[in-house]
Amino acid sequence: MGLRVLKNEEEEMKNQSVTQHSQKEEKPKKIKKKTPFTKFLYNVFIYSLLILMTIVTIGPFLWLLSTALKSGAENIFAYPPKFIPEQPTLSNFARVMDAFPFWRYLFNSSLVSFVTVILNLVLCSLAAYPLARMKFKGKNIIFILILSTMMIPFQLLMIPIYLLALDLGLNNTYAGVILPHATTAFGIFLIRQAFMTIPYELEESARIDGCNSFQIWLKILMPLVKPSLVTLAIFTFMMSWGDFLWPLIILDDTSMYTLPLGVNALAGSFSSDWRLIAAGSIISILPIIIFFIFMQKYFIGGVMKGAVKG
Amino acid sequence: MKQSKIAPYLFLLPGCLVLGLIIFYPLVQAVWLSFTDYNIIQDPNFVGMENYQTMIESDLFWKALGQTFLYLIVVVPALVILPIFLAILVNQKVKGIGFFRSAYFVPVVTSMVVVGITWKWVYAEQGVLNYILDLMGLSSVNWLTSTSTAIFAVMAVTIWKGLGYYMLIYLAGLQSIPSDLYEAAEIDGASKFKQIIHVTIPLLAPSILIVSIMSSISAMKVFEEIYVMTGGGPLNSSKTIVFLIYEQAFSRLNMGYASAIGVVLFGITLIISIINLKVMSKKEKVA
Repeated sequence: MGLRVLKNEEEEMKNQSVTQHSQKEEKPKKIKKKTPFTKFLYNVFIYSLLILMTIVTIGPFLWLLSTALKSGAENIFAYPPKFIPEQPTLSNFARVMDAFPFWRYLFNSSLVSFVTVILNLVLCSLAAYPLARMKFKGKNIIFILILSTMMIPFQLLMIPIYLLALDLGLNNTYAGVILPHATTAFGIFLIRQAFMTIPYELEESARIDGCNSFQIWLKILMPLVKPSLVTLAIFTFMMSWGDFLWPLIILDDTSMYTLPLGVNALAGSFSSDWRLIAAGSIISILPIIIFFIFMQKYFIGGVMKGAVKG
Repeated sequence: MKQSKIAPYLFLLPGCLVLGLIIFYPLVQAVWLSFTDYNIIQDPNFVGMENYQTMIESDLFWKALGQTFLYLIVVVPALVILPIFLAILVNQKVKGIGFFRSAYFVPVVTSMVVVGITWKWVYAEQGVLNYILDLMGLSSVNWLTSTSTAIFAVMAVTIWKGLGYYMLIYLAGLQSIPSDLYEAAEIDGASKFKQIIHVTIPLLAPSILIVSIMSSISAMKVFEEIYVMTGGGPLNSSKTIVFLIYEQAFSRLNMGYASAIGVVLFGITLIISIINLKVMSKKEKVA
């Protein structure tokens, strides 16, 4: 089923990129006609490279999956290694579900990422509006100050933020995990760039109709920058979902753990049981892999767009 | 109708409050802490340059700093160059290319903890990698438990995880190169390889700069893969600056000393950013 989804997405992706490709690829062919045979050879070459790289990028995960599917009777250290389990079993997955509260961690991760994304979308686009479209005192200095925060490594700030979170009683809370990621300069910059492309006439006519600045922001500007909001959401989500160092510091109550922390703890307490660790790791990446398969168009489009703008 | 005078500030307020709370206040606090002996248990005492003195005299600090630069020197060129070829590969107009693009992006969306565990298993003494070496007639290596290979084994994972991300940045760059340039090159009889060297690479310059900045800043901050795969060992051979900060601050509670190392990290990041910006503005003048 997963594959079918991939295929559909892939068709869409192609349709998207064809427009950009077609002018590039078609004309040269008129200059130098390729015989069907050289074209065939060329395709064989391209596909071998593509498949080789797929083995490099996906292979390690498949090897882990194979270990997770091996039964207790099978030697996982067999030499040469066996890629196909003799008697594939789901028993390791059943065991790991007892060994760590997967659903709880999934809930924690989802909640933290969801709130972080929403906060970034709202706070960044609020701040971006005046920076893109209003005249006011101190605009440049505020913008430069915001941009300069991108150069300050979080690893320097994490000690005072940790102390601050302790003072505010935010250790072992969702708010504590979310706090350092609630707004980013990157987000403000990205949305500002998007706001700047919108014609002023739209805003003026809305003002004549009696809209205030907030209404203009919400009803006129925000709907027009949806693609950039999606880009920001994807970036924030990826950062928040995979975050490890900060949650590691701010959480010591295991029931508050996010998925990466949960898997790390699992690997620590069952360090010799590789079947269990493998099963836990596979389970913990399934949600993001499934999410990615359905949303890949947005992930890939988002990163490519972020690259052009950022 | 005119906008009100306070409107812009009202819009800016929430975001700037948060940034003040999580960046500007902590920055001042961190610099202050670096001049104290704070350890969470007792109130901080001002100790002047003592932390910086300890740092300069610490072999471990210099070792970690050296290893951070080693990380930079190996990982950044790899992440600047390899994804270009990957991007050219996935820019080919063949059936199913969307599937391959997504497949190469899977390591990017996977959390570093799972990536670290996965590679620990690949690197295992009787693991797949040693088996492949064995097939090629080479002797097996204790990838993560030998002082001479551990840090390089971790670097390979950093590179592997970053490939798909930078590939997409280059892909965006590739698709903005006008097609008539390739046409002209082809008329002039340039081979595919020559087209890459003389057309693609020069026109990718802006993307190359973005990737160098992003990858050098992230290489300076490497932590998770080391924490998961080697724990900084064996014998500190894979410890980097950020790992040292984490260890000093949160396992030894030397918050003051850790902040001093953090200030040094900040200084280095700043220098790298300034160099990158200088190079960028020079390039812009040329173009």
